[in-house]
Amino acid sequence: MTRAILLVLLSHWRMHRLQLVTLLTGIALATGLWSAVQAINAEARASYARASDQLALGQFDEIRDPAGSISLSRYVDLRRAGWQVAAVLDGSIRIEGQTVRVMGIDMVSAPALPAVTQTEQSATPPEPADILTAPGRLLVSPDLAPVFEGLDGYPPVIVSTALPPSFVLTDIGVAESLLDRSGQISRLIVLPEQPLDIPSLGDVAPGLIRTSPASQLDTAQLTDSFHLNLSAFGLLSFAVGLFIVHGTVGLAFSHRRGMIRTLRALGVAMPHLVRIILFELVTLALVGGVLGLVLGFFIAGALLPDVAATLRGLYGAPVDGQLSLRPAWALAGLLMAIGGTLAASVHALWRLSEMPLLAGPGVQAWRGSATSWRITAVTGVTMIAGGGICFAMFGGLLAGFVMLAGLLTGAALLLPLVLSLLLAALSRRANGPVAQWVWADMWSQLPGLSLAMMALLLALAANIGVGTMVSSFRLTFTGWLDQRLVSELYITAGDDAQGQLISEWLAPKTDAILPIRSVELPHETGPLFLYGVVDDPTYSEHWPLIARSPEAWARVHNDRAVLINEQLARRANLWPGDVLTLPPDHTLPIVGVYSDYGNPTGQAIVAMPVLDSIVPKVPTRRFGIRVDPSVATDLAQTLRDRFGLPTSAVVQQSAMKAQSLAIFDKTFVVTSALNVLTLGVAGFAILTSLLTLWTQRLPQVAPIWALGQTRAQLARLELVRSVLLAGLTAVLALPLGLLLAWVLLAVINVQAFGWRLPMHLFPADWLRLFLLTMLAAAVAAALPALRLLRLPPADLLKVFANER
Amino acid sequence: MNVRALLVFLVFPLSAFAQGYAGLGTSAEGFSTPKPGYEFQFPQDHGPHPDYRIEWWYLTANLQGADGQDYGIQWTLFRSALKPFESDGWQSPQLWMGHAAVTTPDNHYFSERLSRGGIGQAGVQADPFDAWIDDWHMRGDGLDHLALAASGTEFSYDLTLTASGPLVFHGDRGYSVKSADGQASHYYSQPFYTVEGVLRLPTGDVAVTGQGWLDREWSSQPLSEDQSGWDWFSLSFDSGQKLMAFRLRGERGDFTSATWIEADGKSATLDDGSVQFTPLATHNVADRDVPTRWRVSLPDKGVEVDVNAITPSAWMGTRFEYWEGPVRVSGSHTGQGYLEMTGY
Repeated sequence: MTRAILLVLLSHWRMHRLQLVTLLTGIALATGLWSAVQAINAEARASYARASDQLALGQFDEIRDPAGSISLSRYVDLRRAGWQVAAVLDGSIRIEGQTVRVMGIDMVSAPALPAVTQTEQSATPPEPADILTAPGRLLVSPDLAPVFEGLDGYPPVIVSTALPPSFVLTDIGVAESLLDRSGQISRLIVLPEQPLDIPSLGDVAPGLIRTSPASQLDTAQLTDSFHLNLSAFGLLSFAVGLFIVHGTVGLAFSHRRGMIRTLRALGVAMPHLVRIILFELVTLALVGGVLGLVLGFFIAGALLPDVAATLRGLYGAPVDGQLSLRPAWALAGLLMAIGGTLAASVHALWRLSEMPLLAGPGVQAWRGSATSWRITAVTGVTMIAGGGICFAMFGGLLAGFVMLAGLLTGAALLLPLVLSLLLAALSRRANGPVAQWVWADMWSQLPGLSLAMMALLLALAANIGVGTMVSSFRLTFTGWLDQRLVSELYITAGDDAQGQLISEWLAPKTDAILPIRSVELPHETGPLFLYGVVDDPTYSEHWPLIARSPEAWARVHNDRAVLINEQLARRANLWPGDVLTLPPDHTLPIVGVYSDYGNPTGQAIVAMPVLDSIVPKVPTRRFGIRVDPSVATDLAQTLRDRFGLPTSAVVQQSAMKAQSLAIFDKTFVVTSALNVLTLGVAGFAILTSLLTLWTQRLPQVAPIWALGQTRAQLARLELVRSVLLAGLTAVLALPLGLLLAWVLLAVINVQAFGWRLPMHLFPADWLRLFLLTMLAAAVAAALPALRLLRLPPADLLKVFANER
Repeated sequence: MNVRALLVFLVFPLSAFAQGYAGLGTSAEGFSTPKPGYEFQFPQDHGPHPDYRIEWWYLTANLQGADGQDYGIQWTLFRSALKPFESDGWQSPQLWMGHAAVTTPDNHYFSERLSRGGIGQAGVQADPFDAWIDDWHMRGDGLDHLALAASGTEFSYDLTLTASGPLVFHGDRGYSVKSADGQASHYYSQPFYTVEGVLRLPTGDVAVTGQGWLDREWSSQPLSEDQSGWDWFSLSFDSGQKLMAFRLRGERGDFTSATWIEADGKSATLDDGSVQFTPLATHNVADRDVPTRWRVSLPDKGVEVDVNAITPSAWMGTRFEYWEGPVRVSGSHTGQGYLEMTGY
């Protein structure tokens, strides 16, 4: 019996293949976009976790010298005082145009890292002598194997899968020569077992600072906001996809009313029927879900390299560009597909179970009623208010997103009421019977189309909001780069001594030499980079300050005052008039806050003598050079030749800007891609809704046709109707999108990254989006219009014949 | 003490590399090898011999607290050369490993340190004598007066050692044969130390006095292929006489050797087979049965003694594991000493 019922139900799909395709596509799109985002996030997070484990990051306390590297003799002093520490030398080299991170560890005393264990347990483990003595061995990540192939001048390579991408692990003795940093140590890992009664760090090695794992830079934490942004986008795509599912399921059920009535007349109990339909829906959800997973996997695979590049550029986070299939991800995707399908069908199922036994196959019963719009609208207002209250009460990034979700959903729920009021008003003002009919007809179609219009509203608002945010950011960022990067040349010397030589040689040839000296200090908000600056008008004229006390720069040079970056200001809530406390016991008055986009960490600027008094002997390896721009290129080459500097050590301003902008643009590739995809999904939702309405269309257009309108005219009106509705929605989406942009710029960005951006408006972009929407609506209406055009007049006549 | 040679090769944290060393006993490419008739030069020979593969400065002491309680301490510095030379910097091929332990009747505390040469973190210099790794040291003018210190997570000690007798050379004037195949080492000892100082233990500080024994040995080809481990005894009898005796356990039969030392330092080498070793009882420690009670017979000298571990659980759970602890001697002679056993 069950089998027979199921076959009857399934016969519907055989007859309406397009509906089946639409339904499966809806489920697949919703699942696919959501899963793609989840896959990217999972992959990135797995990369961080892997890197942390592989490199034992964040597991041990560390000792650093805020002034730079630790000398070998200090390491030996600590060791001979009993301190059990392992030396690490970090750096990067460029090989074949690729930047490769190098980590040199003391293989004798460092805790065994997974890559080392893997190597030693391999079939052909290297001899210790090979690892520890010249030329040594490089353990490299698999992606680097082809890079090193055939390269002379490097130690032999051992490939290890237990390393993050673009990473070289080697003994510290090898790293010294590879990085050309003989006798230097970047940090000391404090081993877990220390002997009794060791003297204090301050007694043995004054100036060195010990930090616990908690205060070390944690990639996962840093990138959380980035991933939350992606997740929010994924959820939005999912919601939009579900509109399609909802539309198609509603359509299918309306088509099956006759069939269901017959089945019930034959004695099939309603609960039994509902169970079988549920089974059918779950099966369809599974099929669509699997398709979605395949789709998601490909989307994620296509987007991951850009995301990886972004994360590397922005946070230095090691992310593999390779996607691997994770069972948890697939399972979650399928559950989302089933859950989403059922949620989107619950309305239709409920209607079905409430249907009177002998109800006719009419379709009017399936439509929402005008009175329910008011209820929906009230719900919408409640959601907007709820989101706002949530943010006001809790604050923070998550609450920011809740507010955003409330705003978007609430606005979507308000849409039917607003549209109906608009249409009613327009219809009153219409001249002539056809125009009046068009408006009235649109109004009467609104219940069936409102869901698709909500999807469109969301997609458009997201596009406008995110587009405005990205473009505003880019504009601000470009202006900021122009201000910030004023030196014509940026030079990095090999060491302090070479820095000295270079600056002496350059002094007579340039307008100004601006040393860039910095130290890393611990602060309650995380690591803080303290920079020293010389007294030069370049800074006071160009440095972009977003908050300042009077005479800020003069006070920096005369009163031991400090400027801090926006990230630090917002994180620690410090503003001009407050003081900044630095270890061991320096308190500096804050006289200004500067914007510092793209930097995840806190930063502060003091006068050079102040830097020296806080941390003596900071090396001077980097310089900005002010020089006549026309001679910059020649001077750069001369510098490289004269001091044997690699190309990357002498960078011109334009190159630096181009590099920064390239990283910036990469950051938003994913956002734009998701934007376009969401809009595509919304267009598809309109199509499904129009197809749903098609069945009810004939009784409505037949009288108009009978009154003398040709089929071609009716088809045109069909197109116009769709375009007009989409246009109205697009107009309404604009203020919503701008509101969204404002929330993103002034709330989400501040919470996520620690900077607030000014909002710029881009009307040309809106116009383009508006036209794109019209086009999408026209394309979506084209199929129903074409059907109308080709409809045999006999069918239209039948409407009257069949009328009861 | 070929045992210790193996130890040294495990100096490496890459534990699996150890397996690569199983066959090391047989080859000594590029390294110097011990020669009979070698003339020791002091103080130079107290210092390192980087052209030999392995070397150690190995001190054990039997100590007593004011209440008569027995204690034992070990202080060892191993040198292992990956290549037969020394160079400055991280890429020095000389590796150093320190082992230190304090044994009480109820507990055995131990610690291990690793370093490489070339950077000053560990090393030995002959004159003035200084052997060190991290904060551990054994230093003095010559070997006659030494200051000794080591520390671990649960213990530390600071001791002074004063020699009251001459150096003793094992084998043929310091050329000590280790197998029937002819593997050998240069081997001498200073077994006449009186020791005093303080042990710092979890239960508190303990002032101790007692006697110590220093072994100096270097070689490049320590073990014969079939040899799996050894039992090594250094015994000080209440008569003032001393006995160093070892048994290398091999598939082709055991190889034994011993040195009989009179109270005035005169010594005699006893060839393979002169000493008999009979395990009397075993103790289960670290999941293996280790003989902690022995009968040692040396008929030539009228010695028939029972050797009893004071702390049967004196297991060194270091990268290369072995048993090392103080013993009490009873029977024809009474006294105390140290026992080391590997390969169980």
